[in-house]
Amino acid sequence: MNFDWVRKKLADKTGKNLWRSMEEIAETPEFMSYLKEEFPNGSAQTASPEARRDFLKLMGASLLLAAMPGCTQPKEKIVPYVKMPEEIVPGKPLFYATGMPFNRHVTGLLAESHMGRPTKLDGNPGHTDSLGATSLFHQAAILGLYDPDRSKVVLKSGQSSSLSAFLSVIEKKLAEWDANGGEGLRILTGTVTSPTFGDQMKQVLTRFPKAKWHRYDAIHIDEARRAQKAALGEFADSVYDFKKADVVFSLGSNFLINLPGSLRYAREFTSRRQAHKDKNMNRLYAVEAEPTLTGAAADHLLRAKVSKMIAVTESLAQRVGVNNVQPTSSVKLSKDEQHWLDIAAKDLRNAQGKSLVLAGEQLPARIQALVFAINEQLGNTGKTVSWIEPTEQDPVLHGVSLAELTADIRDKKVSDLFILGINPAYAAPGDLNFSDLLASVPFSVHHGLYNDETAAVCQWHIPATHFLEHFSDGRASDGTVTMIQPLINPLYDGVSEHELVSALLGKPGRSSEKIVRGYWKDKLGLDFDGAWRKALHDGLITGSAFTAKSFTVKTVWESGELNQSFTESEWEMTLRPDESVWDGQFANNGWLQELPKPLTKLTWDNAAHISPESAQKLEVQNGDMIEINNGLKKIEVPVWIIPGQTSGNISLALGYGRTLGGQIAKGLGFNAFTIQSAALHLWVPKISVRKTGATAKLASTQLHQNMEGRHQIRSASLDTFKKQPDFAHHLEHALPPASFYGAHKGSDDYAWGMAINLSSCIGCNACVVACNSENNIPIVGKDEVLNGREMHWVRIDHYYEGDIDTAESHQQPVMCMHCENAPCEPVCPVGATTHSDEGLNEMTYNRCIGTRYCANNCPYKVRRFNFLAYTDRDKHSEALKLMHNPDVTVRNRGIMEKCTFCVQRINQARITAKKEDRLIRDGEIKTACQTACPTTAIAFGNLKDKNSEVSKWKAQPLNYGLLNELNTQPRLTYLAKVKNPNPSLASEAAHDAHPAKHH
Amino acid sequence: MKQIFSPAANTKIRLILWGAVFSVIALGTFGYWLARSNYITRVGIPAEQPVPFSHKHHVEGLGMDCRFCHTSVEKSSFAGIPSTATCMKCHNVIWKESPALEPVRESWRTGKPLNWQRVHDLPDHVYFNHSIHIAKGVSCTECHGQVNEMPLMYKKNTLHMEWCLQCHRHPETRLSPKEEAVNPHWEKPDNIKEMQKDLMTKYNVRTVQNCSACHR
Repeated sequence: MNFDWVRKKLADKTGKNLWRSMEEIAETPEFMSYLKEEFPNGSAQTASPEARRDFLKLMGASLLLAAMPGCTQPKEKIVPYVKMPEEIVPGKPLFYATGMPFNRHVTGLLAESHMGRPTKLDGNPGHTDSLGATSLFHQAAILGLYDPDRSKVVLKSGQSSSLSAFLSVIEKKLAEWDANGGEGLRILTGTVTSPTFGDQMKQVLTRFPKAKWHRYDAIHIDEARRAQKAALGEFADSVYDFKKADVVFSLGSNFLINLPGSLRYAREFTSRRQAHKDKNMNRLYAVEAEPTLTGAAADHLLRAKVSKMIAVTESLAQRVGVNNVQPTSSVKLSKDEQHWLDIAAKDLRNAQGKSLVLAGEQLPARIQALVFAINEQLGNTGKTVSWIEPTEQDPVLHGVSLAELTADIRDKKVSDLFILGINPAYAAPGDLNFSDLLASVPFSVHHGLYNDETAAVCQWHIPATHFLEHFSDGRASDGTVTMIQPLINPLYDGVSEHELVSALLGKPGRSSEKIVRGYWKDKLGLDFDGAWRKALHDGLITGSAFTAKSFTVKTVWESGELNQSFTESEWEMTLRPDESVWDGQFANNGWLQELPKPLTKLTWDNAAHISPESAQKLEVQNGDMIEINNGLKKIEVPVWIIPGQTSGNISLALGYGRTLGGQIAKGLGFNAFTIQSAALHLWVPKISVRKTGATAKLASTQLHQNMEGRHQIRSASLDTFKKQPDFAHHLEHALPPASFYGAHKGSDDYAWGMAINLSSCIGCNACVVACNSENNIPIVGKDEVLNGREMHWVRIDHYYEGDIDTAESHQQPVMCMHCENAPCEPVCPVGATTHSDEGLNEMTYNRCIGTRYCANNCPYKVRRFNFLAYTDRDKHSEALKLMHNPDVTVRNRGIMEKCTFCVQRINQARITAKKEDRLIRDGEIKTACQTACPTTAIAFGNLKDKNSEVSKWKAQPLNYGLLNELNTQPRLTYLAKVKNPNPSLASEAAHDAHPAKHH
Repeated sequence: MKQIFSPAANTKIRLILWGAVFSVIALGTFGYWLARSNYITRVGIPAEQPVPFSHKHHVEGLGMDCRFCHTSVEKSSFAGIPSTATCMKCHNVIWKESPALEPVRESWRTGKPLNWQRVHDLPDHVYFNHSIHIAKGVSCTECHGQVNEMPLMYKKNTLHMEWCLQCHRHPETRLSPKEEAVNPHWEKPDNIKEMQKDLMTKYNVRTVQNCSACHR
């Protein structure tokens, strides 16, 4: 691909410059093949002679099988209860509140249980960190529970052993530790927010005073903690209020996605971006080194390497009036950047007390401390940002804590090491050589869900229970105590971390319920039983959020306490938790692996993200391998070119390159922990890079299901919207004349429709995983993704706007449009896809014979075909059967499928309403994607009801349909995106001032 | 030169051709008939059960209500099969020595559930909901037949889609008053046609024929 040619072509384009990939602009053969055919490699599979023979065999077998069900139905058993539990009505799900500990906080969830099997996780509407929504990780956690690769037995030196054998060893150890005060006893955990666990650890440390509790979370916030200690005098967590923030300035903070509390922040942030409701929109300035979804949502984006970000922060601090800020960075800002900052700072100063500045917690402490001061100076502290006591139990600096442990192991001071819930043999910074050292510890125990890299090095491995299998507790991002209750008995021989630590206290066999209940016993008031039941029912302890604390911010930037001297280097590198597998803890989750990552649409892999300019410099194309050398270690990774990436900064996601830990996890991608340093965590200030000449095959879905540039994304600035509220329709072709046959006669009561608000959608992917979970959608694997056969019913199309170096991003979820004139329906030879009188485009799987005509005729390319039997039926995946939603058919091979608007939920609601002799109320049906959405970007309901939410959305001038000119009359429409750029930064705002007429 | 075809060749060929046509038709007819035969559909053939439970005895003889055992029929898609505990409520007092009931007592002792043979088994891609049918006045007997007269349980109807559709196209022919829906002894009055017409409007019954009503 010739980048200069792409640049030129983009510059020559007139009107709104929207594109999906550079391949599209360059019209590469690969792109053209995807454009012409939905499954370009569709028939390649049966080309080899072996495959042909297999095909004939299968044909013979399937003919026989096809004849079989015509004979007799297989006999089925009914197995009733012996004693029926009181609350269960067979066939009806029950919902329980619980919570998922992840990313330094616990999010409240509602778990759906079918006769004792949890099948779906959704947000707990009453919980502050959820507000009813979930992230992709919460949605995918249910697959984690039933993962057939979970470790099932206690292992001693790799051989299967038993829990009782382990406990008898502990009993002997206890006597030793009691005698020597726990000399050499070390416990290593991740971030703990559980008050019960914190209390248990306190007891351990009291009983064994010489023991130590180390903490290491691969995604820790040491830099932020360091800044807090220096500037505030103690550790503190910050809580933000985006509802009150008119101007938001983010320095490398991916606050829409990555913070504890991000679900709430995303909801609050987007609630201020609804131009059709409230013209007083917020404005987001973002500075970032690597493209994130927060940056994609920004009105103004400045690209800066981390070294430059220090200069940017210092400069911003000076501009808003923080006293005595001396630049420490040698990096000079360009004139444009200075101007950009001038404007942003002015905006911030004008919004005193109503603005908010955030710094990414991974950034150097000096930036963090300056941001504290900036917020203080702007009068934001106590208004849009407040301090609370840390939600982490006994917070420490994780990097320091792990380094101490490593040093002690090296000095042979560690005799007994317990590693609970984390995988440091994989996820420790490469410069610590932790894995090798761990092997030298005389007695080491690993407690975790998988038999992973750490388990392989430790002598003992104890299987952990999943959070849906035990009692626990933990704190939300604002401190609210969240209860975790089990939905099912442990599937395997696991124990919870509470039970394990209880064994260290000489009380093995105490259940997690007893332990957690015991901790809260005297803390919930007089009526403990009532309070406990209420806490479990609500999923949280009401009123347990921390109250705001106030601090005087010390001027640490003057003293130079946090000064680190950094100079800009040619190549810098940023690391980040992966958008799908995080730090590797979800690496064995197929739903997450196959999820196209935001912005790149990569699946099953990580790659070094580089800018087009860097790619030109290195003379690489997508998939070419480069070697990254940090001076100590080097890794080889393939590159992925991202328009809009900061030039000179290479970014790589953590969480890949696993060598153990499940069939799916191992062997995918490249391990970025190798070149991580304990001191700098997620930033490598100086690397050298060279092209190796090798290439890797990367499976990206960016080119798949292309709709060929027809103004799918429509957006404008607030100013344009004020002048032309119907700007979205200026791009429209003239509609074809109305149908010859008149409108369809439908039901008098219901017409189902959906609308998606593009001003709200942040592209977080939660809807995609929610749909997987609700509709039993299989995964297909990397090779099949390369064949263009991914099965997701919802895809999030990603568009770029502008030139390749400073491209803006747009996200657009696309699923079946349920067209009123659906082109797929008339071409089906067997009537497998039909129209319901309520306007649903139905798919009847048992009728489908797999001609794929419908998919060929779908202009939106939203139909998915089961080329193979993707839903496993082998013995290994037996556990996965328990996870399936019993209300949705599991599809066989050779069947077409697509979004149904969650027809099972519609039917359920219809039956309930009919029994009560009323119509379905607005809001009674929520589709799975809608429920999961953190920003309430999806409305679903009855179009016959003019007062329904979705009808109101569709009445907006912003409402537009995709490919309206084809007269498909989609029931799913979009609200065009309105951004709020600062008119003073004219150059960036100009391009959408006059949306061009379609040419 | 010798003739290639014998004089009988034409006849043979005709016979073969007609035979082929006939056997295709015959095979089709046979298949059609076989798929609907009681042998395949099991209509009228009692299934083998661990306990020879008699609905006739319990309903007709003792006057028990359907809902005593099938507890969720008005609430859920699934009508419910009684737990062992339900059986034992009576059978730890009466017939407590009966050898026929040994599997029930064994289940009670060991905690292992009874394994009943499913009689009315819809394919897995069909989603049927008992509660809505009862709520609209489609009585148990409409599909299950006079269960109160069955010593051993068998299927009364094929449960084929064509059978379902008979009613889904013309629900007015199958309705009974709601309060009689679970009463197997209810006798249709003489003015049943008018009554059903009234019930159609009274219960707001629709002809649901969308595929997605049952398939999803």
